[in-house]
Amino acid sequence: MTSFVEIVASGLATTVQDRGRSGYAHLGVSMSGAVDLDLAALVNRLVGNRPDAAVLETCGGLTIKAAGALLIAGSRELTPISVSDGRTYTLDAEPGRLWQYLAIRGGLDVERVLGSRSTDTLSGLGPLPIEAGNRLAIGGESDPLVATEVAPLRARSNLIHVSEGPRTDWFTGDWLELLTRHEWAVSASSRVGVRLEGMPILLGRRDQLASEGLIRGAIQVLPDGNLIMMSSDHPTTGGYPVIAVVDPDCVASIAQRAPGTKLRFNGLPIRR
Amino acid sequence: MGRRAVLIDDLDDPAGWSVAFRSRRLPGVVDVVPAARTVLISCDSSATLAALDLDDVVDVVLQGTSGVAIEIPVVYDGVDLDHVARQTNLSVAEVIEIHSRTTFEVAFCGFTPGFAYLRELPGILHLPRRETPRTRVPAGSVAIAAEYSAVYPRSSPGGWHLLGTTDVILFDASLSDPALLKPGDSVRFVPQ
Repeated sequence: MTSFVEIVASGLATTVQDRGRSGYAHLGVSMSGAVDLDLAALVNRLVGNRPDAAVLETCGGLTIKAAGALLIAGSRELTPISVSDGRTYTLDAEPGRLWQYLAIRGGLDVERVLGSRSTDTLSGLGPLPIEAGNRLAIGGESDPLVATEVAPLRARSNLIHVSEGPRTDWFTGDWLELLTRHEWAVSASSRVGVRLEGMPILLGRRDQLASEGLIRGAIQVLPDGNLIMMSSDHPTTGGYPVIAVVDPDCVASIAQRAPGTKLRFNGLPIRR
Repeated sequence: MGRRAVLIDDLDDPAGWSVAFRSRRLPGVVDVVPAARTVLISCDSSATLAALDLDDVVDVVLQGTSGVAIEIPVVYDGVDLDHVARQTNLSVAEVIEIHSRTTFEVAFCGFTPGFAYLRELPGILHLPRRETPRTRVPAGSVAIAAEYSAVYPRSSPGGWHLLGTTDVILFDASLSDPALLKPGDSVRFVPQ
């Protein structure tokens, strides 16, 4: 019998994700992929999958039922779990971490679109968001199992390293102090971006910036002086000036924080 | 722009620059994204970024690299034709004439997959976007706003002025080369 996963309860914002689709940004196609790439890779490793195998990403409340015996790993337990045929497993939310991951040994075998199985919630590319009743096939993207290892997860700091620019000359002279000497609170978060509120950073000029390319981690300053950090499904171009770019190692530290969390930015020297 | 990307600014021809740079197929370069005045180059690592010789790239661009010429059949039946004619003091026939005799160039893509911003729209047709965007613009709508023309690849909200429709497929995600219009390509609209 072929094994598959049946979705009993879809949970919140649940989608299939891998490491995303790169190389199409010039056509308006964003990278997408897991919000927390490290955590998705870790649950994959726990079941012997390659890091780019497709997993379920959820904000909690996801219940699956195994059709056939499955080996799975959820980001709550961070250990491999055997689920026998007909049994269920639930992945719940937890404080301090917005996005949870569930890997199934073999990976989820949904159709690839432009090289990726990720759902892009902004453009609609990739599989539809998960709904109760969905049946997801299991693929063969796994290596021989190694003995269960301890799965340490790097502690995530509330001090976020950023590189300044490129558009710092668009703001009033106190922009660096406003950015780095005050706390910023997460006010909303999605796969597209994370909004941060703090002491508003004001534009020092009246003209409008022409649209330009964006990357994950880029922090745009909105007209009201608050910030938005581009996350996995960010638009490929945008017209708000980018004041700084979050260090790739810190992007998930912001994206995993629940609304209300306070963060600080630490400016790194400008690199060009 | 961060540790793995660089934004090249103040370019006269970002699309041409990006096509030339892309043609070099440098290992470790992930995305090359032209926009109105800039090209964003993102790399797989800060080491790849540090190794890029951008002066070398500028030389390449001067040699010139052109895109593909594409013709798009259009039925000029857009709901905003009358409005555009009134705002520009032209007749509907003149609006169609000007739009269809222009050779556009794909400046950049954005907004949705395959949505190409086409530059070279004659100044007489430059109009600000609608004050209230439509909640749904049908796929295949041929439109103008500000200094650009575009074709909506799929049904989406939109604030551009609709001149006509085409049944050409602008974006097919099942293809490895999914977008009909790519930065640097030239485009003409052919009245049907």
